[in-house]
Amino acid sequence: MNSVETGLEPKQAERRAVADYGNPVWRRWLFSRETAVIAALVVVVIVASAVVPYFGTPTTLAFLLLDATPILLIALPMTLVIITGEIDLSVASTLGLSSVILGVLTKAGVPIEFAMVICLLVGLLAGAINGFLVTVVGLPSLAVTIGTLALFRGIAVGLLGTTAITNFPVFWQTLVQMRLGTTGIPVVMVLVIVLIIIFAVVLHFTPFGRGLVALGLSRDTAAFSGVNVNRAKFIAFVLTGVVSALAGIYWTLRYGSARGDNAVGLELSVIAAVLLGGVSIFGGKGALHGVVAGVLLIGVLQSALRLANVSSDAINIITGVLLIVSVLSPRFLAWTKGLRSRPRAGEPHPPL
Amino acid sequence: MLLHSSTRRKGVTRALSIGVGVVAIALLATACSSGGSPGTSSSGDKNYKITFLPKNLGNAYFDTSDKGGAAAIKSFGGTYSEVGPATATADAQVSYINTLTQQGVGAIVLSANDPTALGSSLTQAKSAGVKIVTFDSDTDPKYRDVFVNQATAEGIAKVEVDSITKLIGDTGEIAILSAAANATNQNAWIDLMKKDLAANHPNVKLDAVVYGNDDDQTSFDKTAALLQTYPNLKGIVSPTTVGVAAAARYLSTSAFKGKVQLTGLGTPNQMRSYVKDGTVTGFALWNPEDLGYLAAFTAKALVDGTITGKTGDTFTAGKLGKFTVGDKATVLLGDPFVFNKDNIDKFNF
Repeated sequence: MNSVETGLEPKQAERRAVADYGNPVWRRWLFSRETAVIAALVVVVIVASAVVPYFGTPTTLAFLLLDATPILLIALPMTLVIITGEIDLSVASTLGLSSVILGVLTKAGVPIEFAMVICLLVGLLAGAINGFLVTVVGLPSLAVTIGTLALFRGIAVGLLGTTAITNFPVFWQTLVQMRLGTTGIPVVMVLVIVLIIIFAVVLHFTPFGRGLVALGLSRDTAAFSGVNVNRAKFIAFVLTGVVSALAGIYWTLRYGSARGDNAVGLELSVIAAVLLGGVSIFGGKGALHGVVAGVLLIGVLQSALRLANVSSDAINIITGVLLIVSVLSPRFLAWTKGLRSRPRAGEPHPPL
Repeated sequence: MLLHSSTRRKGVTRALSIGVGVVAIALLATACSSGGSPGTSSSGDKNYKITFLPKNLGNAYFDTSDKGGAAAIKSFGGTYSEVGPATATADAQVSYINTLTQQGVGAIVLSANDPTALGSSLTQAKSAGVKIVTFDSDTDPKYRDVFVNQATAEGIAKVEVDSITKLIGDTGEIAILSAAANATNQNAWIDLMKKDLAANHPNVKLDAVVYGNDDDQTSFDKTAALLQTYPNLKGIVSPTTVGVAAAARYLSTSAFKGKVQLTGLGTPNQMRSYVKDGTVTGFALWNPEDLGYLAAFTAKALVDGTITGKTGDTFTAGKLGKFTVGDKATVLLGDPFVFNKDNIDKFNF
């Protein structure tokens, strides 16, 4: 109790930095949630390469990355949204809408490059609608995006019905499937990696990104600290819309088919991967490298289990259990920590 | 505590640990990309590893067809397996086709969720030497070797007309309860049925074609309306599984039960109780078990090289006998199968 009082002295408070009371940085990295996910990913890759036939091949890597790309893309802006304490369930519907619009426009003779730009604009609009309803009207994002999930999907299916549009330029379809040399890494990963770097920089090294985290921890504190709460949230939703539309373009070209029901249910895979990557569903906590590892962990697990002839139901069960364990484990760790640690005299407490 | 001695040291430590993290991730990435050797397909003369890939698992129709496939593959000493997504989507099937290609199976027997979305993965499978047989639902012909067709429009129209005319004694008024007014399949069948009726059954009069939109309640109401509008109606044909079940439900609880005959395309599980209580004497569909059986033997014939998909190729499919590859590399199962009181309990789909 004495130390709390001394903590109020200005001289003491001045000297204090994170390193004075926290663990050294290597230790914070090593024992973080993100490192745990990365470690799990490494373990799964090593075990699968050793045990599962055909897993350790460039072909596996290529298919795995091609399959994971839409989830990986949408997970980036979704991380921003969830870190602010909001959620966006309409991403898969935006993807489907973008796919259908690309198909309809291409069929109508619009050059595909121009059609892609329109798709991105539609994604921007979709995100803006979500952002407007959440920030300006002040509705809860869960309710808003359940609504737009149905709305965007409804428009997509309404535009095309049960038909599919399949004639896309061979150049673009080949480009999406092409690999870098003999590595098995798809060319499209270049775009993905660029986006990962951009989002990581934005989230972790810009005032806007740190504002999103602050906003997730406490809306009022963030607002009083100068974060424009509504603008920050609005931008996060718009980014999600645009990237979902981008994923829609990728999806259409990869499968060569624009359908109203493309990627139905993908929003749950995205959110699952984001949570597995250590982002708190309550906001305020998470890092992008954890999310990337989370997406890859689910992708690697599913790919390895498929190659090991595990049935799709069992794969779903394993993925579900993994997710629950990952959400529970930090709570469990915090609980055991609470049992172990007692306040020790003489050690400085963190500033409150 | 040692590391806390000076601020400069702290900065170095921080930079170091971030650096280590980055290097570790880079190493991981390169380890992923360079590891392993390309998969080789299993050697041997005939690769009878045949995998069924239905639209989705847990679907009674495909459970039945794949059971037929399993029996066929067992009979010629091959290895049967079944994989598939939990929900019927094309992208999930793509992952499975890619996986099977890597595993080097001999043939994939597939019911496609999309005619083109599977294209590039099927092309890769074919170039790796995997034979592709589609059944139930085809892909674009260029992506597969052979399609096993369950029934032709002519076959379906003929079995419907033959059944209903036989039931009403080849004389009297009938009506058709269809799906949607623009349903391609149903309209093709109805046209053929009209031609057949006009040419071969002069005493049978088709009063009306009504549309239940493949909706249970609408089909039920349309049946009621038909019976009110045409009091002399002797028979109803419903070439859609939803329609025939709804019409049977109406008839079974009405005064018309047993007086107005009903037939159509239906599934045994939907129609079982109406066949047993006498509302419906018989209805048609193909036999999915035979379809799976034939598809498995088609895969074997492709692996053997007996057929290549060329028109006129012939092969023998166990108990089902001899088949010829037709136009567009299609093998036809045969005439639709008629389900009745005697055989319905053998089917569960």
